[in-house]
Parts: sequence; structure tokens; C-alpha cells
Amino acid sequence: MMRTLYFLIGSTLIQVAVYAQPDAARPVSTSATAATVVTVTKPIPTDSTPMPKAFADLFYRDSTLRKGKQEKGALKINMDATYDRPFLTSTKAPVSIGGYLEANTQYMQTNGKTDGLSFQARRMTIFLASSINRRIKFLSEIEFEDGTKEINIEFAAMDIELTPLLNLRGGIIMNPIGSFNQNHDGPKWEFIDRPISSVTIIPSTWSNVGFGLYGKKYTANWVWAYEAYLTNGFDDQIIANGQNRTFLPATKANRDRFDESFNGVPLVTLKMAFKRRKWGEIGLSWMGGVYNKFQIDGLVLDQRRRVDVWALDFNTTLPTGTFINSEFVWASINVPATYTQQFGRMQQGGWIDIVHPLVKKTMFGWKKAVVNAALRVERVDYNVGTFAETGDPLRDDLWAIVPGLSFRPSPTTVIRGNYRYHWQTDLLGNPPARTAGFQFGFSTYF
Amino acid sequence: MKKITLLYLVLSVIVLVAVACEALLPAAPADDALLDGPIAELTPEQNALFALGDAAFNRDIFTPATGLGPIFVASSCGSCHAGDGKGTPFTTLTRFGQHDDTGNRFMGQGGPQLQNRAIPGHTAELLPAGAVFSRFTPPANTGLGLLAALSDEQILANADPTDRDGDGISGVPNWIHAPHYFKPQWFHKEQNDRYVGRFGKKAAAIDLLHQTVNAYKQDMGITSEFDSEDPINYNVSGQAGDGVDDPEVTSAKVNAVVFYLRTLKVPLQRTPADPMVVAGKQLFISLDCGKCHTPDWKTGQSDVAALANRTFSPYTDLLLHDMGAGLDDGYTEGIAKTAEWKTPALWGLGLSQNSQGGRVFLLHDGRAHSVDEAIRLHGGEASRSVEKYANLAEAERGKLLRFLDTL
Repeated sequence: MMRTLYFLIGSTLIQVAVYAQPDAARPVSTSATAATVVTVTKPIPTDSTPMPKAFADLFYRDSTLRKGKQEKGALKINMDATYDRPFLTSTKAPVSIGGYLEANTQYMQTNGKTDGLSFQARRMTIFLASSINRRIKFLSEIEFEDGTKEINIEFAAMDIELTPLLNLRGGIIMNPIGSFNQNHDGPKWEFIDRPISSVTIIPSTWSNVGFGLYGKKYTANWVWAYEAYLTNGFDDQIIANGQNRTFLPATKANRDRFDESFNGVPLVTLKMAFKRRKWGEIGLSWMGGVYNKFQIDGLVLDQRRRVDVWALDFNTTLPTGTFINSEFVWASINVPATYTQQFGRMQQGGWIDIVHPLVKKTMFGWKKAVVNAALRVERVDYNVGTFAETGDPLRDDLWAIVPGLSFRPSPTTVIRGNYRYHWQTDLLGNPPARTAGFQFGFSTYF
Repeated sequence: MKKITLLYLVLSVIVLVAVACEALLPAAPADDALLDGPIAELTPEQNALFALGDAAFNRDIFTPATGLGPIFVASSCGSCHAGDGKGTPFTTLTRFGQHDDTGNRFMGQGGPQLQNRAIPGHTAELLPAGAVFSRFTPPANTGLGLLAALSDEQILANADPTDRDGDGISGVPNWIHAPHYFKPQWFHKEQNDRYVGRFGKKAAAIDLLHQTVNAYKQDMGITSEFDSEDPINYNVSGQAGDGVDDPEVTSAKVNAVVFYLRTLKVPLQRTPADPMVVAGKQLFISLDCGKCHTPDWKTGQSDVAALANRTFSPYTDLLLHDMGAGLDDGYTEGIAKTAEWKTPALWGLGLSQNSQGGRVFLLHDGRAHSVDEAIRLHGGEASRSVEKYANLAEAERGKLLRFLDTL
């Protein structure tokens, strides 16, 4: 029995014939397992040539892949990123598979001191998806960070579509706060480092066990979408951690959050997004809940202390092909009054990425390869407020600027070089530590 | 674009980046602009121990899970001593409970230090009614190893309790009961079961281990094998610790921090040959400032070769002096009188703003916001010098202040 799979490498479509049993008639064979894979390559189809549906989105997917042209087809927004990925699929196989890998080298220096050259395998992520039934889907995302230092199930959820405006989702979901948490795959970005505010104020990738709803209403020119979830949430490590600052990602050290809520109060996450063709997409999101253990067995330990995070995200592609993407976040944390001011009660941050295609043509045999110039400007303030003792501003903030160049032999692969310079000021406002360096790496879907 | 053109473009970028690397990477600040870093001539083994202590001092952040509190002042050493410099009002601590040389009568009520912060779920300490108190701004850590390497005999040689020379400046040591873990060295001198204190605002700590163990416990609520009891809030019932097994740091870590403090470099004077600075130093001496802020010292033997037989200029005599009613908070430690304060070292003074958030907070509680104000707030034994200072022409005062700014 033979099944045909399709896979995209660069601009080449690969047709894969999988034989369930060894077959003497197959043109080429390798028999690593009971199944045998044969590959046949052929040129990529043109726009006028129908292509297998599994690959259609690769060419009409969201603009973060920097095609340098206006979107065609249905409008895609950040919330679609979960499924808007290249999968190896077969019309008969029950499961689609995909993933991405990113690795880099970097040389950074802080105030004249350096740890030298490092090579980093930041993450390898594997996607497994399945259409269980008509309008019932499953998708999972398993990530290996820094080799096997961290292995996480970032997403593993079942979606049931009742109507386009009403879908049910349950499992391990990514809380839809901001845009990056939903749309974070490495190959979509021209920068090796993730945006700082998106990983240190919003704890991307931030996922929890829970249930909720989402849906869309759309026409040919605009789409409006919403998401609403109840999940497990934060714990008190956000103000009791080795960072010496309020640090929401510290809660990810609590592995029990996939097993039980820290305090029995669900984290609520809501997002609305609107996109109009030629204008761009804007998203507003909020998540809030109680982070402390305020009672044990009915015995009151403390008042309920809330953490609330608001985010605003925006992206658009200009007629010149320049892509602008941004996210801004504000967090409010109820920290006990007698706890140290080192731990911020308010945090804020944001980033703007500007990516402009410089060259788009056939290069080194890759059709429609693109060279992009990119610039990120980012700002994070981990402690907004003033010292109780002096009225002077609390600092603990940073600015960063990251120019870069990227080369995309295909939409799904990026080779990128960044120069990073950032100024980090301590809580007291002493002269900033200046860090700068060069990073070079790649990220690719597979 | 032809392939070859693109290749040239890529290669050009690589070459440009390589050439520009030096310019694009932030350089180290000048050595004389920094307080941190080790003294020269440490052995590789000592450098490794310094690095261990550096990590413990600057990167160990204590949390409730690792023993912070339950009541505390700061969550790390570096919180109080940013860049090994002076602290700010944010980490200024409060000592209370002792008003004469008979000891602290509030030890059973949380003395001698107020822990004004608490981990979540615990209550911060409040000052007991009737307790005298004083507020201490954290000092810089630099050059402490050289001060620790001086002999008691050298320090006592400058004492003049009865003002025999009639200059109005006395200078007395603070004799301190040693903690159980104190191990006297060849240079320590015992008197009535007490030793000369040389660290802290009132010179209440005999050596750097004494100072470090106290700081772990009193500032951060961290227990060690040297002192294994958490600070307790006597304002509330229960008096439980933080629920973390004691000791919360190993003696190896405490000793590494002590070694780090011993081997931190001394602040380097900037532009010492500047004629204005030279003139300022002459004024400093002629105004008798140097009688307490003794400029030059030389160490004797030391188990760390880099600390042995070194001449250095801390501008302190490590003795107590009466600073007058204006600086008398009514609180004291050891046998010091309430108006008596240990002469603080002046080295690093000009870099204070780099650790105090761009401002300066001088004197024991940070009440002075400039060197000029700090000088004018001196009283007691310093009265004559302050009067001379006030009578200087503005240009002369400028020279003196310029000199102090280079320290």
C-alpha cells in the first residue's frame, strides 16, 4: 500500500511516497522501518497550479513570514498562528507532523567583560496535529529548550467548532495575551532573541491547563475575533524568585500548575482582535487572577493578591512591503506593603519590529528568496513607581536596539544576523550596564 | 544581482562587522571609576575563591524558599551595596535598643536591628516603644581587606582618649565582646575579654567574618553555621522562623564572601597630580581633617600575600570620635558613647553617586546630600576643623572639595 505525502523544502515541493510494506516495484528504497520512504522532487507549483491544500497556507500565510507582498486569500491573524504552520500531512494519515528548530551563536560583552563565544540550540519544537473528526481538531506543541534543559508541552488542546463564531477549546492552551505568546515560532522572526517584554513581563511561552471559547466573524476585507479562557494561573514565585524583581515567568517553575491550581482561583484571559485588509491587525488582551495562596484548608493566610496583565498588539504591512509589528504590555501586581520595593507593583514594556525587504529574487537557485533589513527597539520597566523613602523614581529598566539582516531562501527558513545593544539600569538608577554583541543563527520549520 | 555581487556584499558586511567589533562592543569603564574587582596579585586559586564570593555576594538572591526572612531588610548583599558602593535610604537599616555601654536592653524585643520588611504571610517588625534608635546607611565594601590586615596595635597607637596633645581630638577604640566563632589572629589584642572593633558605623564588628555573619542574619534573615537562629518578630505571637531548614547558607559560602570582601580592590584616586587636587589635600591636612581621617597606613604580615606589607590611603583611623550633639541619635553599640562614631574611610567618596542612584547620601544615616553639607554637619571633636573650613575662601573650599571628589 502506498501513501503520498507532500513536504516543502525551500521552494521545492517534495512528494513523498510511503510504502506500508516493502515493495519491490518502488523506484528507490531505504528500509529503516517497516515503512519505507521514497522521495521524488518536482518544481514548486505556480499560483495558477492547484497545489495540495496542506501547502496552500504556506504561500498565503500571515505576513510575519515577510513575503513582501500583500496577503491573499482569507485574512489571518495572530490567533491563527497555532494552526498556521507547515505540517507534513497525508490525506489518509490520521496525524500531521511538523516543527521547527533554531540555533545560533553569539558573542556578547557587558561593560568590557565577555564570556566569549557561545553556541546555543535554543529550541526544537515538534507539532503533532490531527483532524479527529469534521470540525474537531487536536494539536500539540512539544518544545525542547536549550537541548533538553527544559521539555515542555506548550500546547495540547482539542478544538470543537460549533460555528465559526463559537469554538470550544480545552487542554493545555496558550493564554492569548499579547501577540507574541500566540505567534512565537522562531522561523517567523528576524531576531534571534525573543522580545524582552514578551518573555519577562508576559511569560511567553505561557500556557496552562484550561478551557474556553473562541471565534471569528469575517468578510473578505476584515476579520474580528475573540478568545476567552479559564485556566490555572500564577503562584507566589512571581514575587519570590531569584531575579530579585517581580518576574511573572518565575511561576513556570511550578510544574504542578498542569496538575492543580495553586490557589483554586482560575486565571481569566480575554482577547479581542480586529484586522482590516491593508490597515493591519490590532489586538487587545487581558489576563488576571489571584497569585497567592490565601488559604489552606479554609484557614485564612493572607488577603487575595491579584496579578493583572493588559496587552496591546498591532501589526501591518505597508505598501512598500515593510512589515511593522509591535506589542505593549502593562502588569499590575498586588505586592504586600511590607515586602521589599525591589519587587515592582507595576511593570510595563513593549517592542516595535520593522522589517523591510531589500532584495527579493532568485538567489543561489532559491526562487523568491528575500534579504530583509530589520530593526527592533524595545523597552522594559520592571518597577514603575517611586521610592517610599525619597520619592525618587524606581528604575530597574532597560532599553535595547537590535538592527539585523536576514536571508530567507524560503518563507519557512530564516538565516539571520543581529547586533544587539542594550542599556540596563538597576533599581537605584546607577550608571547603566551596557551590553552589546553579535548574534548569528537560523530558524527553520521542518 | 549576480551571485558574485551578493557574495562580495556578504563578505564586505562580515569584514566591516569584524573591524567594527571593537567599537561596537561596550568598553570597560576606567579602572578608577569602579569600586568592584579584585586586588592585584591574587593567585589563580585566590581568584577562583574571589569569583565564588563575588557570585554569592552579588548574585545570590534569597527568597522565602531559600531562607529569606521571615523578617528582613534586603534580599541580597548586592541590594545594599550596588557595585560594592554605598547604599541609599532604600536599604538604610535601623538599629535600636542601646543607649549606654551596659548593653542592649531590647535584645528580647528584636534588638539590635529592626527588620522592617517581611516575606509574604509574615509581619514586619515595628520599633518597640521607648527604644532609642539610629539609622545606618550601608557603607562601601572596598579595601576592607587592608583595613582588616592592620594590627590592633597600629590602631591603638592613634588613640588619645585623654587628649594628651590638647588638639581637641581624642579617638578611642570600641572594645567588643567576640562572638563564639571568632578566632583571634596574631594582630588582635584582648582586653577584658573584648577585642578592638573596626567595622560598622560604631566599630561594633571585630573582623569581616563577624560583620558578614551579622549581615546575613540581621539584614537578610539568613542563618549560617555561625549563627543558626532566624530573626524573630517579637511583635507577634508564634515567633516561628521561616520554615526553611537551618543553616540556610553553608560556612563555605560565608567564608567565600569574607574572602571576597577581603580582596576587593581599593578605590583608585583620580587625577592625584592635578595642582588643584594637590592643594586641596594640603588644605585637608592643614585643617586637621587628617587627624581622624588618617591618610596613610601600611599593613604587616598577612595570610594573603597580596595584602601583606601594602601602603594604602583609606583616610580613617578606625577609632571612635565624639561628633557632637547634632549627630547624637541617642543609640550606641559596644562601649561607644551615643555621640561617638567610627571615622568612616573616605576612599571611594567621589564615586558615591555611582552606587547611590546619581545622588549622594552621606554621614551615618545619609542625611547629608553633598560633601560640603557632610563637613558642615560635623561637630564635637571636629568643631575646630569645621570652623576653619567655613572660614576658607570659596576657591579654597573648592580645592578641598575637589580633592575629596578624587578619592
